[in-house]
Amino acid sequence: MDTMTYDYTEPALSTKGQQMRDILADYIALISHRLPDDVTAKLQELQKVEVDPLQKLVYDTMMENQLLANKLKRPSCQDTGALQFFIKCGAKFPLLGELNKILKDAVYRGTKKAPLRHNAVQTFDEYNTGMNIGDGIPSIFLQVDGDGTDIQMYVYMAGGGCTLPGEAKVLMPGEGYEGVVRFVMDRMTSYGINACPPLLVGVGVATSVETAALNSKFALMRRVDSESENANAAKLEHLLEDGINNIGLGPQGFGGQKSVMGVNVVNTARHPSTIGVAVSTGCWSHRRGFIKFDEDLNYELPYNKGVEL
Amino acid sequence: MKTWKLTTPVSDDDIKDIKIGDIVYLTGSMTTCRDVAHRRLVEEHRPLPIDVRNKAILHAGPIIKDLGNDKYEMIAVGPTTSMRMEKFEEEFVKQTGVKLILGKGGMGPGTERACKKYKALHLVYPAGNAVYAALHVNKIVDAQWKDLGMPETLWSCDVKDFGPLIVSIDTNGDNLFEKNKVIFNERKEAEIKKIQKQVSFIK
Ligand code: SF4
Repeated sequence: MDTMTYDYTEPALSTKGQQMRDILADYIALISHRLPDDVTAKLQELQKVEVDPLQKLVYDTMMENQLLANKLKRPSCQDTGALQFFIKCGAKFPLLGELNKILKDAVYRGTKKAPLRHNAVQTFDEYNTGMNIGDGIPSIFLQVDGDGTDIQMYVYMAGGGCTLPGEAKVLMPGEGYEGVVRFVMDRMTSYGINACPPLLVGVGVATSVETAALNSKFALMRRVDSESENANAAKLEHLLEDGINNIGLGPQGFGGQKSVMGVNVVNTARHPSTIGVAVSTGCWSHRRGFIKFDEDLNYELPYNKGVEL
Repeated sequence: MKTWKLTTPVSDDDIKDIKIGDIVYLTGSMTTCRDVAHRRLVEEHRPLPIDVRNKAILHAGPIIKDLGNDKYEMIAVGPTTSMRMEKFEEEFVKQTGVKLILGKGGMGPGTERACKKYKALHLVYPAGNAVYAALHVNKIVDAQWKDLGMPETLWSCDVKDFGPLIVSIDTNGDNLFEKNKVIFNERKEAEIKKIQKQVSFIK
């Protein structure tokens, strides 16, 4: 059998570009072995709610695993996902032009450092690049936001199991938000159960499949306990959270008191004739980070209190 | 919920009283085996290069450190969605004689039939706990089909008290996840009705 190889030469980056890449490579490694603070706190809360021995055993294993991963600095889940970046960048951020190269190389280096699993398979040619980068991996979603000099980005490891439930659909307005509810709820029992509950459920409401899908992913970047600013969307978040919890998926779908860490809705406007809806899920091991840089590359990690890279 | 300790080779007798919802800890031989390996055996008729008869497979793609000289270290290992292998599993069990299928989430009617007919179990390791699992792997003893890349290679491991493994299909063909699913779907329909009454935002 011929083996195909993926061509990658590390780019020549500016000194500052190298500095940003190195910080990000370190941060990627950190994300792989330490859950964000909001997720850890939520899991501790949910652990207390489960009373049966099987569910308790599963939560105990999860907590022990995270302690070990932190201590040994190893990836807490073997599926370290496909890397995704959701970015807001000021037009005057000095490394904007180099950004794509910086991110790809940060994943390349972070993968060796952590080490992360090689999760990039070139489609159609169907070979694993063996580097955890490929065409379009990492995925980079960039919004240029005003002409400031700062950048902020979510860094997300999208695992296979928790990516699988993702679905988007365009409903007719006649189906209404009632249709949105059914769409999300159906997905929980068909696929959510295999996505390593307790889940973070991201719901996107917009005009078409790709806008809804992107919103549903943005929803996963928000804190598990956050609430939409729109009163009706917030109401839907709470209704869905209670509703999915009452299904009682429990940890790993073994059954139990709770199913989710939270439900987040992100919405944008729609065409009068359509309601685009999408659902994305994050697993209990929701490895998403958030990093903000200023123009001198001073950084903040709002999701990881007390961490220095 | 009973707790069992199993050591490979596993006999029919060892597992006949184990029921869905029980917990198992495994010692002995466990080989990672997932999508393409199943496909190669069942569709391409290529024999599995590692003998798994009366032993265990794990649907997983681990993170391995290559120590050189064909030596490897398990860094992180945990299960992947077993349902993807459902299409192949009945035939796989028949041909290989594997006794314990470890993975994540439930499996379907083909695996139920195989578990009943050939006396095997499907068990679930709580996914995401990859360091905990890796620390129960003593040693990687063999690696085959390395052309498939790190996640898909058959990594044959010597494990000690690997678990907790929750029995999802037993030798009667009973299926924990299918039973749960019926309950979950009933509850879901009730919840949908409740929520739908409160979201008439289009007026
Ligand atoms: S769904 Fe999440 S916790 Fe489960 S195996 Fe995938 S990445 Fe790991």
